[in-house]
Amino acid sequence: MTEDMYDGAEAWRWFWRGVAQVATIPSVILMFAFVGFAGLCRDAGFTLAETVFMAGTIWALPANVVLVGAVLSKASIFTAALSVALSSIRLLPMAVAILPEMRTPKTRKVTLYLLSHFVAITAWVMALERFRVIPKPYRTAFFGGMGGIFLLANLLLVAVTFEIADRLPPLFAAALIFITPLYFLFSLWGSARERESHLAMVIGLLLTPLFHWLAPEMDILLTGLVGGTVAFAAGRLARRRGQ
Amino acid sequence: MTFTAYDAPWWPFLFILLAGWLPTDIWRFLGVYFAGHVREDSAFLVLARTLATALVAAVIAKLVLYPEGALAGSPLALRLSAMALGFLVYVTMGRKVYRGVIAGEVLLVGYLWLSQHVPH
Repeated sequence: MTEDMYDGAEAWRWFWRGVAQVATIPSVILMFAFVGFAGLCRDAGFTLAETVFMAGTIWALPANVVLVGAVLSKASIFTAALSVALSSIRLLPMAVAILPEMRTPKTRKVTLYLLSHFVAITAWVMALERFRVIPKPYRTAFFGGMGGIFLLANLLLVAVTFEIADRLPPLFAAALIFITPLYFLFSLWGSARERESHLAMVIGLLLTPLFHWLAPEMDILLTGLVGGTVAFAAGRLARRRGQ
Repeated sequence: MTFTAYDAPWWPFLFILLAGWLPTDIWRFLGVYFAGHVREDSAFLVLARTLATALVAAVIAKLVLYPEGALAGSPLALRLSAMALGFLVYVTMGRKVYRGVIAGEVLLVGYLWLSQHVPH
């Protein structure tokens, strides 16, 4: 197809289209979440520099929140690292799922490793949605532009709002926090590629309270492993029966 | 070796790198490595997608069922109703994410506002 016809100018156009994704509703929602995170860190006693450094190097809000919690509970570096590792395991299947969508035989390995740092829920969901209309050779450019601007814009925002983030009116703060699950639910549903993924979502939502009750420290991991495997197996069975 | 174990100005940053960056990016890098070794039509990729989807679903469910901060005091039934209404609007009204978000927010914020301003 077009995979041999890589055009540098066209790649830059897709890069800037990726950058333009900063002005979309999902991106604004992510920014609100980071303002909330800045307030959390300030309350927890982190400095501005530590907060920005943490947000940029980890670049996954759940893992960030877990690390703040570990520091607050005076955990050792090993306990903290283990908790963060458990909360970040989902990034492995997320990276595996998205990489083949933007890889061509000519893509350099180092490009993919660098871009993988941008794999986080918002950019991942947006990429799966948008990639359908982007020619494959230009998807890395688009993803780099989008991931790069998300990172930069949110680090800047954290730095600017650090002092005021915990002084939002409570009703406004509640509305901000609630945008995240609403947005994730609908966009994840919309980006699902096959019946198995919809099934995985439903099972995952239903299993969470059970695993939270059984093992609150590992609820996300267990829900993901069990829910994802059951949904996959059910899909295989349905296909084998020729449905 | 806690976050405040050493007075050195570089220690908090080293702590964040070792306990935050490393155990997060290692999964992304492993993902790139594995993705390079599977065929694009392989069932393994479908499994990767269902695992990733179920993990994110668990993150969503936790935000709704066990919220922290400003949402912690709101009724569970209200948060579940707002999610359900939002999903209904999303699915039935042209699959636009922002419509579902607005519907859910109107119910949540409307109820919280009324419960603060209307005497019981």
